[in-house]
This record gives sequence, structure tokens and C-alpha cells, in this order.
Amino acid sequence: MNNAKSKLAGTSTGYKWLSVVILILLAVFFIFPLYWIVTGSFKDAITINARTPQWFPLAPTMENYAKLFKNPAFRWLGNTVFMAVMAMFLTCLTAALAGYALAKKRFYGRGLLFTIIICAMALPKQVIVIPLLQEMNILHLADNIWAVILPTVGWPFGVFLMKQFSETIPTEILEAARVDGAGELRTFFSVVFPMIKPGIGALAIFTFVNSWNDYFLQLIMLTSRENWTISLGIARLQGEMSSDFGLIMAGATLAAIPIVAVFIAFQKYFTQGIAMGAVKG
Amino acid sequence: MAQNAPAVTAERKPKKQRQSQFSGMSKALIRRETISAYLFLLPSLIFFVGFVVVPMVMCVVYSFLDMGLDVSSATFIGLGNYIEMFQDKVFLKGLLNTAIIVVVAVPTVTAFSLWVSSAIYQMKPVSRSFFRCVFYLPVVTGTVAVTVVWKWMFNTYNGLINQVFGTSTNWLGNEMTAIWCIILILFTTSIGQPIVLYVAALGNVDQSLIEAAEVDGATKLQVFWKIKWPQILPTTLYILVITTINSFQCFALIQLLTSGGPNNATTTIMYYIFDTAYKYQRFGYANAMGVILAIIIAIFSAIQFKVTKTDN
Amino acid sequence: MKNWKKVLALVLATGMTLSLAACNGGGSTASTAPSDTGSGEGGGSTSGNVSIELWTYPIGQFGDQETLDGIIAAFKEVHPEIDVTIQLLDYTNGDTQVTSAITAGTTPDIIMEGPERLVSNYGANGLMVDLSDLWTEEATADISAVSEAVVNACKGSDGVYYEYPLCMTTHCMAINYEVFEAAGALQYIDEETRTWTTDDFVAAMEAVRDAAAAGTVNVMFPGIIYCGGQGGDQGTRALVNNLYSGTYTNAEHTEYTANSPENVEALTLLKSMVDNGSLTADSSFQAADELQQFANGTAAVTFCWNASNQSQYAEQVQFTPFAMAFPSDDGEPELCGGIYGFGIFDHGDEAKIEAAKEFIRFVCDDAEQGPESVRLSGFFPVRDSFGNVYEGTENEARMSEFQVMMPYLGDYYNVIGGWTEQRTNWYNMLQQIFVSGADIQTAADEFVTASNANI
Repeated sequence: MNNAKSKLAGTSTGYKWLSVVILILLAVFFIFPLYWIVTGSFKDAITINARTPQWFPLAPTMENYAKLFKNPAFRWLGNTVFMAVMAMFLTCLTAALAGYALAKKRFYGRGLLFTIIICAMALPKQVIVIPLLQEMNILHLADNIWAVILPTVGWPFGVFLMKQFSETIPTEILEAARVDGAGELRTFFSVVFPMIKPGIGALAIFTFVNSWNDYFLQLIMLTSRENWTISLGIARLQGEMSSDFGLIMAGATLAAIPIVAVFIAFQKYFTQGIAMGAVKG
Repeated sequence: MAQNAPAVTAERKPKKQRQSQFSGMSKALIRRETISAYLFLLPSLIFFVGFVVVPMVMCVVYSFLDMGLDVSSATFIGLGNYIEMFQDKVFLKGLLNTAIIVVVAVPTVTAFSLWVSSAIYQMKPVSRSFFRCVFYLPVVTGTVAVTVVWKWMFNTYNGLINQVFGTSTNWLGNEMTAIWCIILILFTTSIGQPIVLYVAALGNVDQSLIEAAEVDGATKLQVFWKIKWPQILPTTLYILVITTINSFQCFALIQLLTSGGPNNATTTIMYYIFDTAYKYQRFGYANAMGVILAIIIAIFSAIQFKVTKTDN
Repeated sequence: MKNWKKVLALVLATGMTLSLAACNGGGSTASTAPSDTGSGEGGGSTSGNVSIELWTYPIGQFGDQETLDGIIAAFKEVHPEIDVTIQLLDYTNGDTQVTSAITAGTTPDIIMEGPERLVSNYGANGLMVDLSDLWTEEATADISAVSEAVVNACKGSDGVYYEYPLCMTTHCMAINYEVFEAAGALQYIDEETRTWTTDDFVAAMEAVRDAAAAGTVNVMFPGIIYCGGQGGDQGTRALVNNLYSGTYTNAEHTEYTANSPENVEALTLLKSMVDNGSLTADSSFQAADELQQFANGTAAVTFCWNASNQSQYAEQVQFTPFAMAFPSDDGEPELCGGIYGFGIFDHGDEAKIEAAKEFIRFVCDDAEQGPESVRLSGFFPVRDSFGNVYEGTENEARMSEFQVMMPYLGDYYNVIGGWTEQRTNWYNMLQQIFVSGADIQTAADEFVTASNANI
């Protein structure tokens, strides 16, 4: 028994090292495109299109950034941040409540509602967007940043995710809370919420990033240049007959900075799952 | 003893559902639960019904129309669009390509992200954060920039890949390789989200159960399948469904990299829908294809629900 | 008690959510309002003003905010009662935006592009205003004097004018002058007329190929036939049509003729050139990619050149790009044209239509603004009376290079039906022939059958 255990430990350290090596190799593979984007943003057009690639910008130029900031890039960035933050906030709030109800409540219409949610997710956005634009036009929201935020909040990915997370909550705990005389909302905020916090953290990130990147919806909904988001601005930097790679890379670098910052800031919300064990104990 | 605990919880759930969800509840309780459930759902439903269900219903209506740019002259043609679809060679080719992408990408993404998460979730916070961030980078960078940079790297003449490997392959211009390039890029942009979720879910697994099982002499594999797997099952289901939907709806990559070529080797349904709607301006037909795509995805999702529910 | 508290809390939560939405909705409308007048210059938008919206595709500097602001400011001086707002489109997403705007009823008043969109697409769908009153006798005569084809292109099949043109260009090709010189291929071109025959073209490309193999010149391929998408397909169309003087459509623009013996012969020749290495075909490239390879010296010619591309790539090219007409068996090239102008979407609002017409008159016909608008587009005027608008400007020499090509302007067949669908069919056909090695006659026949089906 003892022997077997030590042997197992041996293979598991070997496995551990192997997996670390593989992970590092993969990390390089994943970081490289970003490295190429960031360094590309400091290269001039001739270097970028040279037939022999330059691994590091030997003669870095700020020209791409100068060109980028000739456009109202900060205004676009501001619009994008507003849009992503509002979408994130509203989605997390509504989805956490709804997901919990779908997972833990027994009520009429539950099965039907869930089926509709899945079907809605399955329907491609590219198809739905035309009736949506008609609707926004009726609501006088065309060319308004809310025309992008509202459908993002309505998109049921968040509800589905929160439902899946809420399902891991042991029903006994909810029953215990009810026996203790806690009201529905108190149960939700003091018992459920702490347990699904990692899920909400993940949802916050996803909503933020997805609405940031959801280029298509923005393209259709936002027309005037003042209301553009940064991704629309970047897309507009490409010509029909020429793609200014350097400029696109500069735009992409600028756009990536806030998201990476948010991602790192939110890390702590979805790292620890101690909550679960703590409540149980 | 400890090993049994999760198995019991996992078993109870499907049984409950197979009977009525209301079993053992009084009428008054059901009513109270229903009311409170809808109050919880209300904020979400306002957005969902207003901005998703309403356009969705309109889409279904449009799918029965022959509708072009001049919306006012749209005519009702019943199932005409649906019939045309299955005689449309490009659509059928798109269906096949989409199937290839889904069949390859979904299992790979799910299995790979589970492996990465298992490998990193017990690491020190710094290295765990590092890896999680790294695998999420392609998502963060945005589709346009990622595809532009990959297109540049795949370039036959001055692309990095041919330079490094000393080849002169036209990766995106070859019928054999193009779709695999698409799948590769789709893979790099798809695994970030599952990894974040799996790390969160694995972190949520009750540590005391694992310790108890280890004391009882369970192997790593046993611990994984008996204790961790049932607890991350809801997350797995979510990841499966989401990855399936994303793979089915793979579109921007194709639009920016290959325009569906060469010889429609990378045309997916989603790309074809987009072209039909915005290039050829046949909204009725595009909507009909959208509805069919949604039905196919819904069937896939239903299967995934079934499989993961009866898994243990 | 418990119930009551629960209900209240939920109502509060919902209320908060909604009021938040409402508040911010209001806030953001407020923030967009001033920007609307911002582009209207002066900001004095009194209630009596008519406001119109203009969408432009990036035709020369008509893709720049500053340029358009300048035009609008100049317009404001003459017509303070009209406010103009603008939206810049790009060619990647522009059609998507216009199409969705049409279905949702959010189209602008004025749109700037060519007849294949304005006339054969939007016009044919009954979305555009009849512009006959812009086409005065004077204007028609002036434009006819440059090219009758322009006048006809702006008319729909119902004889109604849906576009009022500003400028035009010819799409040609270009060679890397230094490479041709080093390869001894300059003997095959006529530098004066910028023309060459099909045989000259074949000989020149082979000379470049051999020089590249011998290491005399540093290019990878003499030329690249791009067929990865529709971008810049006028180049491949013109190449095929010119080699043996084939036509793309019949003279009446009622059917496609790309499977004619001349065109099949041309495709066969190109295929043999691909096979012997004096050309290559790339089904992952569109014109922009091919141009990039021309600009960095990978390829010695580009099949997609015009005045605008030349200025866009000017800072990247480290050689002399020499504009050439497409090679032709009889030495008489027929180049594809580009015509750009304005159309008005019909919203049924007479005041707006009138204001939009006023704007178009100002931009196209004004004695000062007209030539200036043409200069901003980087192309050539459709009006004979404007003369050489580049005279005395820094671009005079550069533009005269392309002025030589204007007489080679061929039939403007882009107004044929099924235009959008045939573009996809065309690059698919090229892929089948050059990449998959399909039978040329069969592939061309299939192209014609499929494209004619959409007319």
C-alpha cells in the first residue's frame, strides 16, 4: 500500500513537470500573436510588409499611434467603456437573479422558458439584427449606444451560465435558510450570492469582453462617428485596396489594454471557491 | 463514506426531474414558488423578451416571405425558402463544412480546456492567473486584430509560418489546409472562456471530500471521476453548449480570412447566411437558413443535455 | 410580512434597473445631440433648418472626416438653412450597413458611390429619387462630351436618372519599372501610349521569370492572379477580357458572355502561364493582398491599379510603379471604368429631397467647389468644362500618367443585373480553373449559366 502510493507520487511529479513544459510551450504559442500585434504597431509599413520578418522592431516608430490619435480614439474608447460597463452591470444583476430562479425554483413554465432560452442562443445574431434595428428605430434608439447595450443584456448566455452555477448550490442550504425564517431576497443575497460569486466574476468578464468585441451589433446600430466604439474605429481604418496593418495593430493594442486591465482586476472574484466549503462547514 | 456523498446528490437530481418537478409540493407552495420565481426572473425577462424574443419571432415570420431590399413588396411563399435550401449546393456544402468544424472543435476545445484547468487550478495564484490570462488573450485582442495577424502569419510570400518552416505552402488558398487553419484559429479564440470557467468550477469542488477520498486511498483518476467530475458537470454542459453554438456560428474568421474559398472549402452556414442577407439581400431566405441553423443547434444542445444528465 | 418584504425588494431591484436604463438613455441622447450640430458647423441649427444626412464610401478623400467637414463648411456659407451630417462607410462593411439601414428604414438622404450600387441596386428596387432635374441640358451635354457611357450608366433600365456623377477613373495595371528594366522587358511595352500586346505581355512575363530565376531581379513571381474574393475583381476581369478582345457582357447588358471563345482562349493562355511559372494564382488573395506583394517587391506587376491606389501605396513602394493598360491582342485596350457620384434615398420628404439636391449641385456643379471635389476624390472630372483640374497642383505630373488611360475607357457593363452574385461566381470560377485545374470551357459555361440566372 505504502509502496504503491510512493510510486504513484513519482509518476505524478513526472506528469506534473511534463504538463508544465507543455503549458509553457502553449503559452508561447498563445502569446505570440499578441506579441506580433504589439511589436507590429511600432513598425512602419515597409518593415511590416518586408519579405523577411523582423522579430523585433529595430527602428521603432510612433507614427501609427500618431495616425491613430488623429482620430477621436479616446472618445471611441470612452464610448466602448461605457457600453461594456453598463452591459456588464445589468447582465450580472439580471442574470444572477434569473439563473438562480431557473436552477432552484420549481414553477410553471420553467421547462418552456428554458427551451426558449436555448433556442434564442442558437439563433444567429446576424439574422436577428435586422428586426432589432427596426425595433430600435421605433424606440428612437437608432445610433444610440443603448441600442447595443439593451440586446446584449437580453442575450441569455448570462442566464444560462448563472443557472449552471446555481445548480451546484446544495438544496439543503436553501431549505435551512428558509427554516431559519430568511426571506427570499435575504436568502439570495446572504446565501446564494456568495456561493455563485466565482460565476458572477466570470460572467462579468465575459460580458465585458464580449460586448467590447461584439463588432457586428455595433456596426449595424451605431452610425455617426461620435458614437462609434473603438472596434468600429479600428475596422474603419482598413481601406478597400490597402490595409494599414501598423495602424490596425496600434488600434488593437490600445483597445486591448483596458480589457486586460479589467481581466486582471476581476481575477480575484473568480479565483477562490472557499465560499462553498465554508458555508457547508 | 465520504466518497458516497457526491454520488448521492448527483443521483437525486435526475430522479426528481424524471418524475414531476413539483413532486411532494403543496398547491400553495407551488403557487408561491411560481410567483417568487417570476419576480426573480422579471428584470431579465424584460430585456430578453423585448430585445431577443420579439426580433426572434419576426425572424421566423420573415423566413416564410420572399423578402428583398424593397421590404414593402415582400410576398408570402410558405415553405418556399425551406425547400430551396435543401436544393442549394452551397448551403449543403456549408452544412458539411460546419459539421466538420463542430465535430473537430467542440471535443478538442472542451477536453483541452479541462486538461489545462486541471493542470493550473492548484498552482500558486500568480502562475494560475498568468496561464489563465495567457489563454484568454486571443479573446481579449478582438476578432479583427487576431484574424489580421493570423492572415499575415499565414501569408504565402512573406508570412512568418512559411519563413520559419522554410515551406512555401499557400495555407489559406489550399482546399486541404484552409479549413484546418480556420479550426486552429477558432480553437485559439475559443478555449479562453472554458478555462476561466473550469478553473472557477474546480475551485468550487468541496476540498474536504477530495481529502477524505485521498485518505481512503483513491487514485487521482478516481478522485477526478468520482468527485470532481459530477461537481463540474453543470459547467461542462454550459461549455459544451456554448462551444457548439460558437462553432456553428463561426463566421467572422471566414469572412476576414478566406471569403469561404477556395472552392467553397471553408463556406459555413453562418457565412452563407450572412452573404445571402447582406450581399445578395435575400432576407427571407437568409432568415429561413437561420431558423434551420437554430433548430440544428437546439437539437445538438438537447442531446448534450440528455447525455450529461444520464452520464452518472 | 415575509412575502411583502420580498415583493417590495424585487420591485425595487427592477425599478432601479429600469430607471438606470432610462436615466442613462437620456444622458446619452443628450451627449449625442450637440455632436449632430457639430458637423453642421456653426451650430446655429434653428428649428427652421432642414437637416440632411450624407453617407460616403471612401472614394479618395471622401473617406476623411476633415475633408467632408470642409466641404460642409463651404456649403453652409451658401446655404445656412441646411444642416448636413455625415457617416463614413468602408468597403468591408459599408454594404452591410446600407442594406440593414434600408430594411429598417434608417437610410440617409444622400449616398455617394457608383452606378452598380446606386442605379442597378437601390434604384432598381425603387428606393431612389429621380434626379432628372439635376441633369440639365447643359450638364448632360457637358458629361456626354467626356463619355456617353457615364450618362448611360447613371440611368436605370427604366430610363430614369438615379445618380448624378462627380468623377471617374479607369482601372489599369502597373509594372515595377526597375525590375522590367533589369530583366530587359521594357522592350515589350510602349511607354508613350502605355499599351502592350498579348504577345508582348507573355514575353515580358517570361523575361521577368527567367531574370528572377537567374537572380538578376529580386522578385518571387512576375504576377499574381488573385481570386480569393471579390475585392478588386475589375482587374482580373479586364485582364481576361483584353487578352483576346472578349467582352464581359453583351452590348445590351442583358447577359454575361465570359464563356465566349475569346475569353476561354484568354483563360487558357493565363492557365498556361500559371503552369510555366510566369504567373501564379492565389486563392487566398484579394486585390489588397496582391497590391501589398507588388508594393514590397514580391510580384513585378499588379492587376489592380489606379490613381487612388498609387497615392495610397506611394510611401511604401521603393521603386517606380509604372501604370500600364491591360495587354490586348490588337493593342487597343478597353479598360473598366469607375464612376462615382451621388444618389438620394426617397423618404417622401420634399424639403429634404430639395435640400439634398441643393447639396449635390453645390458639390458637383459649383464653379469652384466642383473641380475641388474632383481633386479630393483623386480621380478625373466627368464634366468636360472642368478641363484639367490638376493643372498647377503638385499632383499634375502624377495624374497625367493616368490621364493617358482615359481614352481607353471601355463599356461600363457594371449596370447589368445580378451584379453582386456574378462577382462571387467570378472568383469561384477563377479558383476552379487556376487552383483546382477544372476544365476551362466547363467552368466558364457554369459561370455564365449561374450568373445569367440572376439577371
